[in-house]
Amino acid sequence: MATDGRMFWRLILKLTISIDKMIAHAIFFYTFSIIAVVSAIMVTASKNTVHSVFFLILDFISISCLFIMIGAEFLGMIMLIVYVGAVAVLFLFVVMMLNVAQQKNQWFAGQATSKHIPVGLIISTLIFFEIIIVIGGWKYKPEIFDINNSLASTSVSNTHSLGQVIYTDYIHVFQISGMILLVAMVGAIVLTFRQRSGVKKQSYIKQISRERAEGVEVLEVQSNKGVKIDD
Amino acid sequence: MTEIGLGHYLTLGAVIFSIGIIGIFLNRKNIIVILMSIELILLAVNINLVAFSIYLGDLAGQVFTLFILTVAAAEAAIGLAIIVVYFRNSGTIRVEEIDKLKG
Repeated sequence: MATDGRMFWRLILKLTISIDKMIAHAIFFYTFSIIAVVSAIMVTASKNTVHSVFFLILDFISISCLFIMIGAEFLGMIMLIVYVGAVAVLFLFVVMMLNVAQQKNQWFAGQATSKHIPVGLIISTLIFFEIIIVIGGWKYKPEIFDINNSLASTSVSNTHSLGQVIYTDYIHVFQISGMILLVAMVGAIVLTFRQRSGVKKQSYIKQISRERAEGVEVLEVQSNKGVKIDD
Repeated sequence: MTEIGLGHYLTLGAVIFSIGIIGIFLNRKNIIVILMSIELILLAVNINLVAFSIYLGDLAGQVFTLFILTVAAAEAAIGLAIIVVYFRNSGTIRVEEIDKLKG
């Protein structure tokens, strides 16, 4: 009788813990995803471009919270670093540098705009419903969840297992992504580099290739005449 | 409703993807907001990949997300550089005033 009671309470405890986990998962998912969707709408809808960048940052942060929540901690943190730390700040730099924040434009006004808006709405709602139909009509084979994949293991952390995969199986793709970053960096520098004329600056090659013969000139200075230097 | 599954994440990805496409079409301000919409679309793709990766227990999705992140960062840098050069040359980046290609 006593063991029965203990079993019962243990069962109740297990049930409440699992329900609590589920409810907490649901609460956090809905919170973060509602914030993400609202801020995504505000990115496109806000009139001030600086505000759009801020909403973009909020969007990235909430999505990375979602990633961390479902167990992709490494990607969540990388999203924070790369998107919030680099990309969004780059956007903010450019927005403030080009001084477009004050171009408070009429949003739906103008003749040219009106013909694009219904097309855009129709196309995007069509795409949305297509994706929803695909998601809703998709049934997974039950075995696909049971396949003991060698890639994902539960004994090590997410970061550890990603590192084990990236530097072995995907090493070429990793190298190519490094090359892509290099090319992007060179391209951005070349695009924005500007050669101004009429500016005095150092020429290293001239400095290095100077020789004694052309660097030094011995003159016979006459008294009360001075020296004429051509430069 | 309280059981969060793969479908919830995919739906979130679909919603953000559609918002990104709406942003590209509706935008009448400047090109920077279009670039931000493209970032939103890439983010939606990342959500899909990570959700599949977690729920199917396969790490390949997360690896691909990492590479998409890299490409997105490179694309943002190049796009912003092009915008800066264009602004320097023509003095505007408003969408309706950019018609040099007569498209």
